[in-house]
Amino acid sequence: MDINDFRSILTVAGLLCFLGIVGWAYGRRSQKGFEEAANLPFAEHDESAKPDATHSR
Amino acid sequence: MSGTQTTYNDKVVRQFAVMTVIWGIVGMLVGVIIAAQLVWPELNIGPWLHFGRLRPLHTNAVIFAFGGCALFATSYWVVQRTSHVRLWGGPLIPFTFWGWQLIIVLAAITLPLGITSGKEYAELEWPIDILITLVWVSYAVVFFGTVAVRKVAHIYVANWFFGAFIIAVALLHLGNSMAMPVSLTKSYSVYAGVQDAMIQWWYGHNAVGFFLTAGFLGMMYYFVPKQAGRPVYSYRLSVVHFWALIFTYMWAGPHHLHYTALPDWTQSVGMIFSLILLAPSWGGMINGIMTLSGAWHKLRDDPVLKFLITSLSFYGMSTFEGPMMSIKTVNALSHYTDWTVGHVHSGALGWVAMVSIGSIYYLLPRLFGKTEMYSTKLVTTHFWIATIGTVLYIASMWIAGVMQGLMWRAINPDGTLAYSFVESVKGSYPFWAIRWLGGVLFLGGMLIMAYNMFKTMAGGKTEDVPVLAPAGHHA
Repeated sequence: MDINDFRSILTVAGLLCFLGIVGWAYGRRSQKGFEEAANLPFAEHDESAKPDATHSR
Repeated sequence: MSGTQTTYNDKVVRQFAVMTVIWGIVGMLVGVIIAAQLVWPELNIGPWLHFGRLRPLHTNAVIFAFGGCALFATSYWVVQRTSHVRLWGGPLIPFTFWGWQLIIVLAAITLPLGITSGKEYAELEWPIDILITLVWVSYAVVFFGTVAVRKVAHIYVANWFFGAFIIAVALLHLGNSMAMPVSLTKSYSVYAGVQDAMIQWWYGHNAVGFFLTAGFLGMMYYFVPKQAGRPVYSYRLSVVHFWALIFTYMWAGPHHLHYTALPDWTQSVGMIFSLILLAPSWGGMINGIMTLSGAWHKLRDDPVLKFLITSLSFYGMSTFEGPMMSIKTVNALSHYTDWTVGHVHSGALGWVAMVSIGSIYYLLPRLFGKTEMYSTKLVTTHFWIATIGTVLYIASMWIAGVMQGLMWRAINPDGTLAYSFVESVKGSYPFWAIRWLGGVLFLGGMLIMAYNMFKTMAGGKTEDVPVLAPAGHHA
């Protein structure tokens, strides 16, 4: 096996890894965690400037 | 809901935010000067203020001084706010600020003196490169240290982008700056020939991809939702957006070397990865803009949101243009012309500068204990001046660039060139004048921002606010 086989394998592995990430991101199990994470910027009330973040649940 | 007595470290954010505006003015002023030098060559005075010396000063100042300070300020703010802890790292934190300022000053001294390693966007000589490395490692320790001691389970997506930017820039800087010093002010790259060119554009394109894109996307993922008052349109899309950029950006560099000594297959790989990049770029742009979905009316009277959303429109435009220009046949026309310069500024002025300006306008009142900027009207004025300046700049460079490309390739029936080079220079003058005007407008906007900033700072409180206990579950 020469280095070019290794390079091809790595490219294919990279693609599969990425597709795995896409599957994980759109899987149902990730949804709750993502919703929590998406609201992190709103976890604290804004000290100054008009806060209308409350409705962004 | 206030927690313990610990406070957020906003001092360093304040320092970097103010210096963003100051260095923005300096860097853009140098840009206006070199634009004027192209129109009026008499302005090339002496060796120190010659176009060739000032041009790298302009690029370094706007990318690393203006853009760099904006990235430090926003990443330090965002990582504290979304991790619910004070910035971690003790004396390393002020070191990142003062070290970075020292690097900028050293660049401003050495580049006009002609002390340069001659690598685009990496011109600084080896002693400064070592200082950059020290500051950058400290930045990484502070940033990731803060992430490590966070009080919430998740690492917010903006921090992923900031983190990738910090790691990738470290890798690029170390890889590209490897050199053999021959004196304190001179070194030679360890790479030679086409390898040197490839390493340089692996660096150069990923400076665009990670310094000028990933970091500023970190800003987008925090400040657009905050200013719009609603969470990002799709968090899943943001995860895919992140990994797609990480997997593809590193391979796009060879498109800077089409039709050179670089092997043909390498050029094709670079072109294909550049075309693939359109997908994650537009995914990210759509994610940012759609965050406003259902709240479009806010765009009408919120100039900060105008800046942020317009920046995303320019991001979309330039990330469409980029892949197109990477196609070899298109590149055969566009390369070495002003079209490239226009493309860069569509990204630099329209995307990078506007998203930074919007984020800094968000931060300034909060950093100085005010509820809003001294004058919202002036922010609106700034927005329109900046937008008109950007459009003038891009449009004039498109016309000049396509004209130059067509003139250079035009041949007579007998096979001789139809135009001499200087004829294309002569034809470019009116467009260079329009470009200069666009730059003047953009700089004028920054001066308005500085006035507004100092008025907002006057009499402001600079007390640090307490770290709030994570309240993610009560909302």
